[in-house]
Amino acid sequence: MTERLQEDKPIFQQIAEMVETNIVEGELVANDKIPSTNEFAKHYQINPATAAKGINLLVDQEIIFKKRGIGMFVSENAKEIVLHKRKERFYDQYVKPMLQEASRIELTTEQLTEWIKEDYQNGN
Amino acid sequence: MEIKTTNLQKAYRKNYAIQDFTLDLEGEKIIGLLGKNGAGKTTFMRMLAGHFQPTNGQLTINGQTPFNHYDVTKNICLVMESNNFNNKFRVKDILEISAKFYPNWDHEYAERLRQVFRLKEKQKIKTLSKGMYSALGIIVGLSSHAPITIFDEPYIGLDASFRSTFYDLLLESYQKNPRLIILSTHLIDEVSNLFEEVVIMQEGKLLLHDTVDHLASKHLVLSGNKEKIDQLTNGLDILHQSSMLGQKTVVLYDELVEETDGVDVSKSTLQELFVYLTKEEVNTHA
Repeated sequence: MTERLQEDKPIFQQIAEMVETNIVEGELVANDKIPSTNEFAKHYQINPATAAKGINLLVDQEIIFKKRGIGMFVSENAKEIVLHKRKERFYDQYVKPMLQEASRIELTTEQLTEWIKEDYQNGN
Repeated sequence: MEIKTTNLQKAYRKNYAIQDFTLDLEGEKIIGLLGKNGAGKTTFMRMLAGHFQPTNGQLTINGQTPFNHYDVTKNICLVMESNNFNNKFRVKDILEISAKFYPNWDHEYAERLRQVFRLKEKQKIKTLSKGMYSALGIIVGLSSHAPITIFDEPYIGLDASFRSTFYDLLLESYQKNPRLIILSTHLIDEVSNLFEEVVIMQEGKLLLHDTVDHLASKHLVLSGNKEKIDQLTNGLDILHQSSMLGQKTVVLYDELVEETDGVDVSKSTLQELFVYLTKEEVNTHA
């Protein structure tokens, strides 16, 4: 995990999202061990409590689970949970701002849909 | 450890460096102590370390006053930006004296850090560069394992690379030996991610004490079309605002905005918030 932290978003959220992205992309699969709070803290030079908060966010959503004394592991249906959540957020996070900018610069709906179709056909 | 101050005051002749300062700190946390120059940070930290007595009010550590009380001060290590060590000594002497003063002193760790920062045992304090002098302070602070470890601008003259090493070491030391660490700094951007809590002092008083998380969720930066922003924030308490070319950005603190459609919502960094909260505006009358 070499992604850099951004400044305009809570760090704990970014930690959680980084693990989620790894799960969605298949870098982390069910029963894989994820880095410990201390490892996150060290890598990103952040307070361990912040890292713990991010990890707990994932535990609460049952994306990862705790094995006492051993560490944190990716749960069996982690990918489903993350995909479901991200799909639900997709409209607000990506489509809406895109449409706002499109209307600001007077792009037509036809042009937009054409781009989307082209890109999808090209396998993106 | 529990630090408690109640209506604390410290006056130098007739000037109050600290006034009506009430604050509770407890737990094993890394706490950032922020404030503009002259806000009273150093005076507060030196009173914690028992360097002098308050003029008025109370300051206790686990219920005891630190001044002239070795049972309390042996648990507190204060590293200042200068004047930590007597110029007559050598690096080795400082480490030996510190080992005698702090009951939890970790000799092996001190030795490892001395090598990390490339300090020679026999080097005289007088001949250390500013950066290396700071490094020695950092070594003492980290190796003291003191239940309350305080760093007051500990890295004058230390380059960006060694500062980053210091942050790594601070986290490592905190994780191995959790304790109350107070770090006072003006380089907020560099260290804000290390803090769990922040204390901001202003003119000798407490301006704010909060967790970094809560501080982040308590504020909001809105930017977009000026009319739209004005309409959304009408009647709200605005911490900071600026506008340019029909666009406007406002920072709200402790205010609720329900509808943010059509405007950009983001967060400030701790350093930006600090500036908004404490800055003196320059009023130029054209």
